[in-house]
Amino acid sequence: MTRTAFAPNWTARGALLALALYCVFAVTQLDISWARVLTGFGEGGRFLARMWPPNFERWDTLVEGMLESIQIAVLSSVAGIILSLPLGLLAARNLSPAWVSAPTRGFIALCRSLHYVIVAILFVKAVGFGALAGVAALTVASMGFIAKLFAEAIEEISMKQVEAVRATGAGPFAVLLYGVLPQVASRFVGFCIYQLDSNLRNSTLVGIVGAGGIGGTLFAAFKRFDYDFVAAILLSIIALIFVAELVSGRVRKALQ
Amino acid sequence: MSAGLSLRGLSKSYVPGKPVLRDISLDFAPEGVTAIIGPSGTGKSTLIRCINRLVEPTGGKVLLDGQDLVPLRGRALRLARRRIGMVFQEYNLVERLSVMENLLSGRLGYVPLWRAWLRKYPEADIARAFDLLDAVGLPEHATRRADALSGGQRQRVGIARALMQRPALLLADEPTSSLDPRTAVEVMELLTTLTRREQVPVIINIHNVELAKRYCGRIIGMHQGEVVFDGPPEALQASHLTLIYGGEGWQE
Repeated sequence: MTRTAFAPNWTARGALLALALYCVFAVTQLDISWARVLTGFGEGGRFLARMWPPNFERWDTLVEGMLESIQIAVLSSVAGIILSLPLGLLAARNLSPAWVSAPTRGFIALCRSLHYVIVAILFVKAVGFGALAGVAALTVASMGFIAKLFAEAIEEISMKQVEAVRATGAGPFAVLLYGVLPQVASRFVGFCIYQLDSNLRNSTLVGIVGAGGIGGTLFAAFKRFDYDFVAAILLSIIALIFVAELVSGRVRKALQ
Repeated sequence: MSAGLSLRGLSKSYVPGKPVLRDISLDFAPEGVTAIIGPSGTGKSTLIRCINRLVEPTGGKVLLDGQDLVPLRGRALRLARRRIGMVFQEYNLVERLSVMENLLSGRLGYVPLWRAWLRKYPEADIARAFDLLDAVGLPEHATRRADALSGGQRQRVGIARALMQRPALLLADEPTSSLDPRTAVEVMELLTTLTRREQVPVIINIHNVELAKRYCGRIIGMHQGEVVFDGPPEALQASHLTLIYGGEGWQE
């Protein structure tokens, strides 16, 4: 009798095979032929050639757009963080009764359910073109993201420490200050920095739907076929994101 | 109004029909150390937590200096709790706060929220905290984070935190069970010495019968939610231990 040390995982094999078959099927459905790929790349090459060299002549428009994007990112992060603090606390199932946490979780899920670009379009329609719509859209997105992670972090805390603070006769807010927040503070700051980081990225996009920032400038440049200016804008965005990534990485490292 | 703690018909069932505590009535003098011994799961922890209402009793009265704590809610409950210090088996310090902050958290029932938040504690509280740090033998550790301490050091901080409350009663739930034998003795020594100095009565849940006999003036033995022994350590015989823990072979 032969003994098998590792049972064959038929489920995983079946799933991988099904995935491979579906990919082949999807390629045929979408009419992606080899010839189409080749012409596509040829066009792409011409497009890249027109982008070079990047044209920084209209640097004032560029800087204006970038600054607006940064402002949108910072404002929406701050507003989102402030709003997500109480939301996260209310949504944590170990601190709030079910009749509070369940609807709060529902609200957070609602904030997360729509992509921020769709939310931005809604706000543009509701409050009009400009940065206000962008700030509002990214605030909603930040709220959904941070509140959810914050609630999850709170649900993982040690209730023993909370019990000990409660046993001293501390009131509910004192219990939060001494028993709960110290346990989650560094993770919360980490979430906030991560969110500021991704808001910087997101704020460059909301302009495309008219919600302010460099995205609007980028979209206009595309429409006018100013590909060298497009390249200048893209390089600026990449530089901004790189710097933000570096800074947030440093800060998060310092927090650990 | 009688001084000290009295339990009258205290009972607790987590699941209806399965009582963990059955009709406990006990009186505790306003001084001295009382040990509660008994097998795991016999309701010792529940009994102690019913006193400061970390667990809700199902029935009966908890009278502290004549006041029944069981019906208290909200602010009245917190005012009662701040007079009862508690020491935990796993220390339950707030790990990410400093030793000093942990000590001062014993004053949370007394100071307004803004003081707690901004760490603007009254001078007297801070002076008391330093005194207690000296008393528990950790004078240099005020600014260290609690998670940097060893088990014995943490329990010393736990004792100091409870005493910061200037309690009328101190509850200790298995304060030595997570410690090595030598540290356990040191912590018991410290706990009994300090509470005698501060004239605080203590109720200790403890597994170690020898430690209980050595440090406590009164021993209460529990078995399946009932008191089956109550007397001075000298009166505790092997037959009582059999009654409390069941079986005989483990006794030497």
